[in-house]
Amino acid sequence: MKRTLGVGAIVMGAMILLPFFYYSNFLINYLTQILIMALFAVSLNLLVGYTGMISFGHAAYYGVGAYSVGILLQKYSTSLLGSLFIAVAFAAITAVIIGLFCIRLGEIYFAMLTMAFAQIVYTIVVKWTPMTGGDQGLIGGIPKPPISFLGLSFDIGTPLNFYFFTVILVIGSFIICKFIVDSPFGAILKTIRDNSLRTYFIGIPVKIYQLIIFVIAGTFAGLSGALMALFISGAYPDFTYWTKGAEPIFMILVGGMGSLLGPIIGAAIFNLLTAYITMYTHLYELIMGSVLVVFILSLKKGIVDHLLESRLWKRLSSSRLK
Amino acid sequence: MELMKLFECLGSLSCLTTQITSALILGMVLFLVASGLSLIFGVLGVLNFAHGSLYMLGAYFTYTLLGAHGNFGVTVILASMGVGVFGVIFERLFIKRIYASPLLYQLLLCYAFILILDDLVKLVWGYEFKNIGVPDSFRRPPLHFLGSFMPSYYLFIIIVGGIVALTLWLVLSRSKFGKIIRATAHSSEMVGALGINVNLVYAGVFGLGSMLAGLGGVLAGPVRSIYPGMGASVIIESFIVVVIGGLGSIGGAFIGAILIGLMRSFGIIGFPLIEESFVFILMAVVLIFRPRGLFGKKEA
Repeated sequence: MKRTLGVGAIVMGAMILLPFFYYSNFLINYLTQILIMALFAVSLNLLVGYTGMISFGHAAYYGVGAYSVGILLQKYSTSLLGSLFIAVAFAAITAVIIGLFCIRLGEIYFAMLTMAFAQIVYTIVVKWTPMTGGDQGLIGGIPKPPISFLGLSFDIGTPLNFYFFTVILVIGSFIICKFIVDSPFGAILKTIRDNSLRTYFIGIPVKIYQLIIFVIAGTFAGLSGALMALFISGAYPDFTYWTKGAEPIFMILVGGMGSLLGPIIGAAIFNLLTAYITMYTHLYELIMGSVLVVFILSLKKGIVDHLLESRLWKRLSSSRLK
Repeated sequence: MELMKLFECLGSLSCLTTQITSALILGMVLFLVASGLSLIFGVLGVLNFAHGSLYMLGAYFTYTLLGAHGNFGVTVILASMGVGVFGVIFERLFIKRIYASPLLYQLLLCYAFILILDDLVKLVWGYEFKNIGVPDSFRRPPLHFLGSFMPSYYLFIIIVGGIVALTLWLVLSRSKFGKIIRATAHSSEMVGALGINVNLVYAGVFGLGSMLAGLGGVLAGPVRSIYPGMGASVIIESFIVVVIGGLGSIGGAFIGAILIGLMRSFGIIGFPLIEESFVFILMAVVLIFRPRGLFGKKEA
């Protein structure tokens, strides 16, 4: 626990200090985007990697977070932190409602139902034009009022300040996620993943644990979506479409689902790939699909999982123990 | 009020006929796709996430074949067979490698092919929306039917859908091939031990399921627009159909598809803004009262 806090603090500090040593707008925006997507992927990995629940509808909570924060700031001019809080709460409530239906049956049904229910959110977003802007999305920019806290004021309108804001929230969330998966609660999640029937037999209410982690994952996805809406100053219907929910699955698979770091690396790779592929060719989906096929049929595991299981890493970690 | 319109419609024969017709068309196309999905899952245990893409292929094949020679009957057969053959190749090259893999890998492999097929379609047929239009042989005055007018092509869709449903049911429940399929679904090892080539059965079932999805695309082609990615929404509707009907049940897929068709065609009159939500409400209600679907078995 102390170690997690320590590592988290060091990473957060390093990322905050980075712009003071090397500053470029491109890098700052790029890192912001990767962090937000990484949070999306890490939140989903709480389900996929740690509990063995494959959700194809994670975009729903991301989308609810994004649209809520955008609508609140644009139409109701609430405070920034207040909007963020309400948006994340909405995402959590959505996850409770959808989760109650989806966890009732086995994993195949779970995959189908999460996807189908996510489609409700998409439908609402497209149809509720006066509120959400319909097909066009929430355009016209999202105002970002300065955050005032204990008499201090902090303006996240500039890319650099928004980067700081994102680093604090996202790395903070990662630390919480790490606590969750290392806790006794997290141990039960892994037990459910490895054998849910046995877990049930030793007297653990599997469904309740599944619902709780589903809501936690949805909450962090909501935060990720809200940050993304603030970052690009808008929210669009495809935020809630199921193909958006497939993106973090890609990141988890490529990065590796056995650790917290895997999805983060996966998010970085995904963003790099997206940027480079679209620079050279229109056949973006063809290449992404082929990468997936290669990972599924030959590598079987994500990059970080391979590294963690490599001999080099085992030697390093065993020498450290001595 | 829109709600009054719904009651008015329920009281008038011509409106009732029109809406039921459109419900049946929606339902038949959905049934073809969902029954293939359900069949493949029931026998192979694989949830073919890429099933919507096979539907899309069917529609594009129709576009090309109809443009090439114009005979719709031949097109229906060739295009759906073509998708079937594609399915067999797909199963032999890729799907068969992941039967033993965790669900995540099965779903993701199919997802990868959704992406790949979308782009391949763009490469071959281009980005723009395509419209086939009703085939020449159906360009005739609509049939007068129970106080309403029904275009002859609609009747064609309904008849073909009905024939396929009936044939599928007869083949699965009465024929020897059907017996083998049901036995394989139950225990593929035992079937193999009895000297039946299980790989052949798997390839055959995947091909048949693909052909059904392709046929759905073929029939829908002339009445819907064709575009890359058109499979993405169909797959979700098919999921809802199998959730309502019960995964692995062909009869369930039929009832589920017709129910969704009715929900949508009557929902759009009474509640035009939230018409699509009805499908989800129906799904939620089924899940609460019959979690395994109307025709689902205990553990699929």
